[in-house]
Amino acid sequence: MTSSRLRAALITVVTWVLVLMFFFPVAWMVFTAFKPEHQAATSPPTFAPDLTLDRFGAVFDRDMMPYLINSFSASLGSTLLVLALAIPAAYALSIRPVTNVRDALFFFISTRFMPVAASIIPVYLLLQSVGGLDNITWLTVLYVGVNLPIAVWMMRSFLAEVPREVIEAAQLDGARLGTEIFRVVLPIVLPGVAAAGLICFIFAWNEFFLANLLTAQVARPTPPFLTSFVDGRGQFLAVLSAAATVAIVPVVLAGWIAQKQLVRGLAMGAIK
Amino acid sequence: MTALMTSPTRRRPSGAAPAGDSGRRGRLAVSRALLWPALATSIVLTQIPFLLTIYYSLQSWNMLRPGDRGFAGLDNYADVLRDGSFLSSLGATVAVTGSAVVASTLLGMLFAVLLDRRFVGRGVARTLMITPFLVMPAAAALIWKWSILDAATGMANWGLGLVGLPPVAWNTELPMLTIILVLTWQYTPFVMLILLAGLQAQDKDVLEAAAVDGAGALRTFGEITLPHLRQYVEIAVLLASIMLLQVFDPIAIMTRGTGGTKTLSYLLYERAFVGLEVGEAAAYGVMTVLVTIVVASVALRTLFKVFSKEGIDR
Repeated sequence: MTSSRLRAALITVVTWVLVLMFFFPVAWMVFTAFKPEHQAATSPPTFAPDLTLDRFGAVFDRDMMPYLINSFSASLGSTLLVLALAIPAAYALSIRPVTNVRDALFFFISTRFMPVAASIIPVYLLLQSVGGLDNITWLTVLYVGVNLPIAVWMMRSFLAEVPREVIEAAQLDGARLGTEIFRVVLPIVLPGVAAAGLICFIFAWNEFFLANLLTAQVARPTPPFLTSFVDGRGQFLAVLSAAATVAIVPVVLAGWIAQKQLVRGLAMGAIK
Repeated sequence: MTALMTSPTRRRPSGAAPAGDSGRRGRLAVSRALLWPALATSIVLTQIPFLLTIYYSLQSWNMLRPGDRGFAGLDNYADVLRDGSFLSSLGATVAVTGSAVVASTLLGMLFAVLLDRRFVGRGVARTLMITPFLVMPAAAALIWKWSILDAATGMANWGLGLVGLPPVAWNTELPMLTIILVLTWQYTPFVMLILLAGLQAQDKDVLEAAAVDGAGALRTFGEITLPHLRQYVEIAVLLASIMLLQVFDPIAIMTRGTGGTKTLSYLLYERAFVGLEVGEAAAYGVMTVLVTIVVASVALRTLFKVFSKEGIDR
């Protein structure tokens, strides 16, 4: 008995050591953000620095706010648009089946598998010709294209879980389509909508390739802005860490708080 | 990427619809109307640009010489294949994707098994473990490069020093390993989540029965849990492969394609937006799509298998 208890305790210790090792880069980044610049990149590392908020001040002195706002509007805007398109589509695919469910589903998911390489050159040239570069609206539209397939897939599987009887009862009552969707079905799948929305928001918030290529100054979101903190002349690690911390906090906190939904969304089919 | 939804959607035979034939046709029209906006958006934003890419790939077109544009047939493809960059990038892509997928899968499996047990602080441990997946990849790449793996002041080298090993110039000496390391760190939680869901879906009675019959933990894992997890592993591997094939951020930020890390997506970026060779870059784009299709078709076949099992075919 005691030997198996001991073994269990040992496995727990090993688990925690591994988990903390995995989490270490994030923890170290946040810690570094609270250091003064001269104690950030030292050899050996400084474990007992003079903690300060100074570097966060420096981040906002460098005018990070507009970049965060750009990220926020592109992420929120694209997420709302994606949900507005994906919920009806997923509804059609799961509750009111169209003839070629599988073809439509495969089409959506195959667009997600298509590398951005397939479309980036014409997209860039088209945007250039209509003056759409460095424009947050166009970036938002492109994020809709990126996230739509994911949202359709997730929503479809959440909707498929709605008991048929509930919908049939509503239909027998002569409920109109709008009532059927908004009053009967949507309240049941609201957690699913939240999960899909959160995942789309996270992907848009973290996206780098399009953001870097298609924006310059006005519409630049946070990810490419972060790279500007790397400074060839002086020390920059503390201010870079502070900027990176600010950049990841909204999404990491949201992911932690909505963890259950997130995990369910990501591993949906696996659970079912 | 979250394409693992396989909830059973059992349908009534279509004749059971409350209304008659005309009612069914009406409902079909409604369904089409609901589906159409999303379908059209997807086609406009992804398919039409791809057709244009194919069209551009057949032209000789450099943005620096706008006057010289003209039909070039398959010249660009010949150039792509003749130029060694494509093959070496293909190799880099396969190496990076393959290693990161294998490493993430093994680590993801380990963490899934460890975090499936009951232990003190399991909830917190799971929360910490999903974090790398939430962290902005650009931020992760910057922090790994300048904070963890920096040759002079990085924590990794400090750790090596503690055990008496010499420092390593990660980014310049081992660029490939550096990229794979960061990608593995980001994708392990993703694989873990899927496998953890698989473990939780396991029939507990079977496990108990195995324990009663005196099967050891390892044997139970090998003979019951692993076969059960197979389907989850397949899906995780395929989804991770498809996402990793397109990876760009850490390469752009950490190595800029040096030291054999120039993957296809980075090569295309360089040709198109640094070299301004539209036609040639478009040919690279088409070739990249072909490579991805090989992987994606395998992925779709697996998903299809899952589908038919779950009865989506009506």
